[in-house]
Amino acid sequence: MSEAVKFHFDVDGSDFSSAGAASVMVKKKLRQLGYPPEVIRKVSIAMYEGEINMVIHANGGTADVEVYDNEIVIILSDKGPGIPNIELAMQEGYSTARDNIRNLGFGAGMGLPNMKKYTDSMEIDTRIGEGTTITMRVSL
Amino acid sequence: MTVRQTAEALGLTLLCGDGDREISGVYVGDLLSRCMSRVTEGCLWITIMSNINAVAVAALTDPACIVFCEDVEIDDVVLDRARENDIAIAKSTLDAYALCVAYHNACGENQ
Ligand SMILES: Nc1ncnc2c1ncn2[C@@H]1O[C@H](COP(=O)(O)OP(=O)(O)OP(=O)(O)O)[C@@H](O)[C@H]1O
Ligand SMILES: [Mg+2]
Repeated sequence: MSEAVKFHFDVDGSDFSSAGAASVMVKKKLRQLGYPPEVIRKVSIAMYEGEINMVIHANGGTADVEVYDNEIVIILSDKGPGIPNIELAMQEGYSTARDNIRNLGFGAGMGLPNMKKYTDSMEIDTRIGEGTTITMRVSL
Repeated sequence: MTVRQTAEALGLTLLCGDGDREISGVYVGDLLSRCMSRVTEGCLWITIMSNINAVAVAALTDPACIVFCEDVEIDDVVLDRARENDIAIAKSTLDAYALCVAYHNACGENQ
């Protein structure tokens, strides 16, 4: 077993203009490491959506990406408001994004469904008033 | 067709990026999390969402060119970020429908 490659990012919740930067960085690294385009696409979509959600719904957080021999694990952790109803939040089209956020192009209610669709597993651990941690795995 | 040939045929103004890339396919959309899963590598992405977040989506999905249509305003920071990420951006006064029709016709003529 070779040592896992790990990346850690602090995701700034106050800066919309840099939202997505961590995902772009991970994409570039995975490309350098020679991963197949389909894998990079899945990781990019899943991580981007999670990263943006932390920015627009949770005032930022942290993103960790761990690359193992058989899978890539993405862990997104925030200290935001939590998700009261996961089943509802997972529905395509459900969004609590306000108008100023929607004007930027967010709020289609497709982020969480995309994260589920483009990963092999997704776990949501959320506590109201404490925060949310989402762990996603993409098999290699 | 390449990005440059397409720009000529459709009357687009190419603002930055590689004009020699071949285009395969077109996607029209403004809601970023839909675009994230629908914009494919090498496509022409037509949108009015001319902000920095659209550039992040392009950096991840790698379209051949983003076309900001309907003469929407484009900030310099958007172009700067696009240059940093080697993303081609063009603009047009036409709307998405007119651009799609023009692209379709241009593809026919170039065959
Ligand atoms: N990290 C989070 N903390 C708190 N609430 C969240 C978090 N992530 C998602 N949510 C809630 O779940 C809803 C659905 O999320 P989802 O990503 O699917 O859509 P969206 O972010 O509203 O829009 P889109 O992702 O399409 O731009 C959000 O509107 C929000 O209410
Ligand atoms: Mg979202």
